[in-house]
Order: sequence, then structure tokens, then C-alpha cells
Amino acid sequence: MEEVFRQSELKDIAEKVYNGERLTREDGIKLYQSNDLLAIGRLANYVREKKNGNRAYFIVNRHINHTNICENRCQLCAFGRDADDPKAYVLSLDEIEEKARSCRSEKISEIHIVGGLHPDLKLDYYLEMLRRVRKALPDVIIQSFTAVEVDYLARLHNLRVEDVLKALMDAGLDSLPGGGAEIFAPRVRKIICDKKISGERWLEVHKTAHRLGMRTNATMLYGHVETIEERIDHMLALREAQDETGGFLTFIPLAFHPQNTQLESMNISRTTGFDDLKTYAVSRLMLDNIDHIKAYWVLTGPKLAQVSLSFGVDDLDGTVVEENIAHDAGADTDQYMPKKKLIKMIKAAGRQPVERDTMYNVLGEVF
Amino acid sequence: MAADFEYIINKAVNGERLNLEEGVALLSCPDLTLLGQAANIVKNKMHPEKIVTFVIDRNINYTNICQCQCKFCAFYRKKDDSDAYVISEDVLYKKIEETLSVGGTTVMIQGGLHPDLGLNYYLNMLRSIKERYNIHIHSFSPPEIVHMAENSGLPVKEVLKQLKDAGLDSLPGGGAEILVDRVRKKISPNKIGWEQWMEVMKCAHSLGMKSTATMMFGHVETLEERVMHMIRVRDLQDETGGFTAFIPWSYQPKNTELGGETATGVDYLKTLAVSRLILDNVPNIQASWVTQGAKMGQVALVFGANDFGSTMLEENVVRAAGVTNRVPLEEIIRCIKDAGYIPAQRTPLYQIIKYFE
Repeated sequence: MEEVFRQSELKDIAEKVYNGERLTREDGIKLYQSNDLLAIGRLANYVREKKNGNRAYFIVNRHINHTNICENRCQLCAFGRDADDPKAYVLSLDEIEEKARSCRSEKISEIHIVGGLHPDLKLDYYLEMLRRVRKALPDVIIQSFTAVEVDYLARLHNLRVEDVLKALMDAGLDSLPGGGAEIFAPRVRKIICDKKISGERWLEVHKTAHRLGMRTNATMLYGHVETIEERIDHMLALREAQDETGGFLTFIPLAFHPQNTQLESMNISRTTGFDDLKTYAVSRLMLDNIDHIKAYWVLTGPKLAQVSLSFGVDDLDGTVVEENIAHDAGADTDQYMPKKKLIKMIKAAGRQPVERDTMYNVLGEVF
Repeated sequence: MAADFEYIINKAVNGERLNLEEGVALLSCPDLTLLGQAANIVKNKMHPEKIVTFVIDRNINYTNICQCQCKFCAFYRKKDDSDAYVISEDVLYKKIEETLSVGGTTVMIQGGLHPDLGLNYYLNMLRSIKERYNIHIHSFSPPEIVHMAENSGLPVKEVLKQLKDAGLDSLPGGGAEILVDRVRKKISPNKIGWEQWMEVMKCAHSLGMKSTATMMFGHVETLEERVMHMIRVRDLQDETGGFTAFIPWSYQPKNTELGGETATGVDYLKTLAVSRLILDNVPNIQASWVTQGAKMGQVALVFGANDFGSTMLEENVVRAAGVTNRVPLEEIIRCIKDAGYIPAQRTPLYQIIKYFE
């Protein structure tokens, strides 16, 4: 154990971490309540380096949002629109194919497609979308449609989730992104996304995907109306599901951006730097069975994302290109990060940059 | 390698002075939180009271016309540019009244090196403010003082004396950039050299005026030059004790001739931590939310900073370089509390006047 922990309020937790023991709910709460940010960071860094060494992963990817029309209109969201809103849009299949084709020259390894719950877009639209994207980009991993969208398609067609997932996989889907998880606690969902599927349902969709052989991601949207306990319970629910299936690749804490959302009037402040770094570190410490913790620089800002590489994070997401969802909620970061800049950032943090694909296969590490 | 860093860090934590090589070694230490812990221990020894201070003030830039035209600056204009200005008295007074009305104690008046403004302009400005308002005037960085001396034909000390008599209370630490002439020739060839910058501060301190010292890093300087800057500040501080605070901030490249990129977050925190460890005789280190944003400014509080700087009702110079971090007072207070400290408003001379518990 490091000297600094001998006198620390976190001594018992430090001991467990160094012995590789699993942390409890109480441990998680205690970590969050501590202001010893550097000690928490060092513990998380110990686990991070044990799991991922000095590597810091990134991906060259592209986001496509096929529609912003959404039946759920979650209170937390600044992106969704009603169908008659002048800013509402739906991308045609031709447009999506064109967008996919246009990134052929960029050497992307992943395409990330998510959108609203549009009542007129049936399963056919999604299957055809996947087939066309697959044809345009045969070697690219398609990580698309959150559990919320998958569940919506199942209900729209009166199909089982399993059957929808199988059809999507047949058409080219490789992986589900981690969106829509928010905070699993029903109390919180009632306030921030009252029409969205429950946390249980979200987990069920992912576990089904895992059983079909897909790897997926998990997120947590924090910094709105949830308590520390509800954050920890969210992590524990994921840890339990992961014990069952082992299908989660990455956990991605997402800092809530209140601007332009229905929650703006509640006067919710943006998360602080302490809260962001603590959340990365605590999730690294709690989620002992998930390999990767990702800082999404679009929400955290590039400076803090870089710093987070010493606070449990081993992945900085990617080049993104055309980020819409966070920017509609007032994110003031860029919508694109050149690969060169990502590599420079990682190196300046003393880490080894590794370009990965969605499944964390190494695509390049000599930069 | 690890043993080396530990040796240097233990030295600093035990209150021994670090030399140039040791400072440079620490800047390249890959263990970010270890550096943070060292800086945090040293800071806690100097400031055991768990308080983070800030000043409520306003930057007033009386002119953007500047004959210095530094390559890193996006603020300056030429005399015949359409957006060149010199502030009017009415506007100046209005800005001061707004500052006082929100509980401000201080104005930081700085401007370009305007070729036609004589010493009397500055003396009249100071006198007219002091006649009307009870406010601390923290103004005119060393390049402006030297400019006044050159234009008036008077020695620097005489200029400072007259400014002080007219109402100047303390000097801001601007214009220091990197206190190494190789760097200055590249980024600010028309600006005073490092020795002249020090000379102005030495004179000011000898007249009983306190000042701060800044460092603008992350452009063409080497790590050695960065640490050299800190050591030169430390040397004068040994002599005069006149520096109240050290303020490192990163170069902002947008709209400048020099261009390039800004320092990363990790570089900022390391530089901040190392400045806390090197500058054993400067009491306060300021976090720079203006260049880093509120999140990084808050994190800086465990990397050696004990002060959140100024609330800056108005800031023009960094904004001209494309950075628009705006942090209102409530947000500064929230960040400080959220990090586990008690926020306190201070004077420019670091006396606490109000706690926000």
C-alpha cells in the first residue's frame, strides 16, 4: 500500500483495492463522499494500469443521427423534436448511404448510428439502412441503435426483442452503443425521461444482445437529479449483469448538459471537474468486471478528458465527426477531433496511444 | 527513474529548495497525481485553513492601441484600425461604479503601449479615480511602466513614485510571459527584456507596492526556460518579498500571429504543481479559470493552487484570443465548496473580507 493511504479515511478501501477485493455499495458511497480527489485518482489509476497498462485507446469513428423526431421527448434531451417542429428531420436511406460513403477515405473503423423513436420508421427502414451501410463500408463495425430504439422496434412490430436483434444482426449490426441507460432508478427516470423504458428493460435488451453474441457498451448520465446512492446502484446493476453475461465492453459516464432541455428550468448546474473525475475513478473502482472506462471528450472537454487518463480512464472515444446530441444541449466543445490531436493529447499525458476498433482489437499503436 | 522523482518530491515536501534540473525533471514526471499530491502537501502546509480565496474585480483596458504588437497577442490594434479605441472618462467611471455595486474592491487597469499617451494621462486617471471612489487600483504591468518612463524621460523609479502618489496601489504581474530573452525575442521582440521586467518589480517593491507575477507558457519555450522563469521570480522574492502571488496560465493561440496550439490540461496541472514546489517563498498560487475553464480551475485546487484569482467582471485580452470562459461569482463559490473548501472574498493584498459558508 502506498504511504499516503496509511493515514487516509480511505485506508480500508485502499487495502481492498490492492488486494483485488470487490468494493461494496457502502465503499462506493464513501469514495464519492470523500474530497481526497488525488487519493481516489491514485486508487483508480492502480486498477486502470493493472487492466490496461499504459495504453490509452481511441477510435476513428463517425456518428450519424438518422432522425431527431422522437415520441419519448425525454426531459433530459435537447435533441428530440416533435414531427411538426420546423427543425425536425429524417434522413432518407440515400442520404445515410451517402454519409457512409463519404467517410470511405477517412479510414474509420466504426460507424455509430442512433436516433429518435420515430413512429413511421419501421423495421424495414433500419434493416435497409444497415444493408446499405454495410455495403458502403464492408470492413467497418456498425455500432448502432440504443436499447431504447431496439425495444421500440420490438413493440412497434409486436416482436420479441430477441427477434428484432437477430434481424438487425443479419442485416449487418455488430454492436449496441450504451445510450439510454441514464440512471436506472425509477424515481429518477420519472423526472428525467418518464416515457423511456425502465432500467430493467434496458438491462434485459443488453443481456439478450450478449446472449446472441454481441458485445455492447453501457452509459450513465449523471449530474441532474440523481443521488450518489442512485449512481452507485446504477453501477452495481451493471456489475451484476456483467457477472451474468460478460458482454459489456466499456462503461461511459456522461456528464449531463442542461441547456435547451426541459430540465433547464430546474436550475441544474453543470457538473464540476471534481465530480467528473470522481465519477470516472469511482466507476473504475466499482466496475471490476468491465475492462474499459471511457471519457467522452465531447461532454467533458478535451483538457479534463486528458487529465482523466490518470483517474481511471483508458479510452478517449474518438474523432466523432458531426456530434449533434450534446451540442444541442449546449456543449461548447468542437464537433470533431482530428486523430493527430487525439494522439498528441494522449502522448502529452504520458500514455501510449492505441487506435482500436469497437471490440478493442488493436489497429495501430506506433504513432 | 521512479526513485529520482520520489527523491525530488520528498525534498520539496520536506521544505528543501529545488534547483533548475529538479524542476525540469518534475515537469517530465509521468505520474500526474503524485505531482499533485506533493504540491497539495506543500500548499496545505502554507495554507492549512481549508480556505480558497478570490478577488471581486474588473479588468479595464483603457486602450487596445499598442506599439509592442507581440506575436502571441490577439488584443492589440494599430492606431488607424477601425476597432482601435481609447476609453473615455465616462466609460471608465461607469465601469468602476458597476464594479463597486457588485461588491468589487479592485480594478485592474491595463492597456496597450499607446505612443501618444504621456505620463500625465496616467497620473490624471489615477487621481480622478481616487477622488471619486474608494477602490484599490491594481494597474499597469512593467512594460507599461517602462513605456511611461521612456515617453517622459524619467527613470522607472520616479515614474512609479509619481504613480503611487497619484493613487496606484499595486502592480499586476503581466508582461512577464517567459522571463528568458531567447523566448521574448521570438514571441514579443518589441517588449522589455526579462531583467527590465524584474527591475520594475524590484523598484515597485522597494517603494512599498506589492505585485503579482504571471507566466504565460506553452508556446516556444523549453521546459528549462519555464523553470528558469520560476527561479528568477523566486530570486527576486528572496530579495524583496514583494510578490503576493504567482499566476501561471497557458498561451491562447486563436487570432494571434504566433498561432499553434494551447497547452494540454495535463501540462497545465503539472506546471501549476511544479510552480508550487519551486516557489517556496511566494505565498499564493492562482488557478486560471479564464484560460482553463471552471472544471480545470477547480481541479487546480488540488494541484497547488489556493486562490481562484479574480471574478473578472470584464476580461478582453484572453477573449480576443478566442477563449470565452465565463464563470459568474456563484459558480466560483460552488466550485470551491464542491471541492471541500470554504470560499472567501479577499482584497488584492490577500486579506479576507468575507466568507461564503
